[in-house]
Amino acid sequence: MARRAGAPEVNAGSMADIAFLLLIFFLVTTTIETDAGLDRMLPPIEPPETDVVIKQKNIFQVAINKNGQLLADEELTNLKDLRAKAMAFLDNGGDGTCTYCKGKKNPESSDNPTKAIISLKNDRETKYGTYITVQNELVGAYNDLRNREAQRLFGRKFTDMEAEYLNPETAQSVKDDLKEKVKKIQDLFPQKLSEAETSTSN
Amino acid sequence: MSKFSKKKSGELPPVSTASLPDIVFMLLFFFMTVTVMKDSSLKVENVLPNASEVKKLEKKDRVIYIYVGKPTQEFQKVFGTEPKIQLNDKFASPSEVGDYILAERAKKSQELQNVLTTALKVDKNANMGLISDIKLELRKVNALKVNYTTYEGDAFRNLQ
Repeated sequence: MARRAGAPEVNAGSMADIAFLLLIFFLVTTTIETDAGLDRMLPPIEPPETDVVIKQKNIFQVAINKNGQLLADEELTNLKDLRAKAMAFLDNGGDGTCTYCKGKKNPESSDNPTKAIISLKNDRETKYGTYITVQNELVGAYNDLRNREAQRLFGRKFTDMEAEYLNPETAQSVKDDLKEKVKKIQDLFPQKLSEAETSTSN
Repeated sequence: MSKFSKKKSGELPPVSTASLPDIVFMLLFFFMTVTVMKDSSLKVENVLPNASEVKKLEKKDRVIYIYVGKPTQEFQKVFGTEPKIQLNDKFASPSEVGDYILAERAKKSQELQNVLTTALKVDKNANMGLISDIKLELRKVNALKVNYTTYEGDAFRNLQ
């Protein structure tokens, strides 16, 4: 009666092979990285009902031509200098109402960070890579200033605070606390980045 | 004395591979859980530009993707080498972007419809003209939140 010993054991030696096969399939199809990028808000299509008059000195004009050359405030500027220039403009505090500004208080430049507007204009032929670099530098200028203020008021970097606030894994209580701080810093240097329609002229 | 010599004479026992399936399964489950299947195959070249001031794009269910770039080699005969827009699995003209966004928005659940982000995955050699057309279409359908998807890195490398 050989049967009494029970059913023979199934050979599990090929289990590893099967698992390897599946493993390799998932390895190949996996894309682990989360996407990252520059967040921007587009302006609504309806024009504002009341025309706002903005003083020329409160606008920092950045124009990119089709060769990737940069005109910042009517001067030909190197891309590497754009961040410093934008920061100087935003941080100027020309009319003396800005208590936290450390700029030169040049009366010819912006009155107050809350009034300062950066206007970005590009040609249809501009390379997307150049455009992103310029966007990056302008966002960087805002972030640098916000970091400085956050460091002064709360002792940590604004970008870290914002990242933690946006992270879905952060606890709600921490989020509520951060929300106010983030809002406060954002109000000190509101991101006013206007994107004009692209010019069609060559 | 004989006791000790006996032990040494024995051959090295083979390494047990019984736990190999367990290890492999562990890896397998890891990759199964982190996998996100690609929902559309790319028909355009898509080398994203670099940027340093990036924000993470959390919550993939609230993102609508738009790809822009030169058609890949196999499609160049039919579609030429000018940068094109890819929506889902097919090439599209800028005027179709609005309808696509509305259709994608309708697919999402009610509470997500107002918090959608449009991720623009644009090849760094594309021209801004096409992007401006897309942006205009997005503004028409009130999809104002956009994310220019980039790699994390030094932004000045885009210029080379």
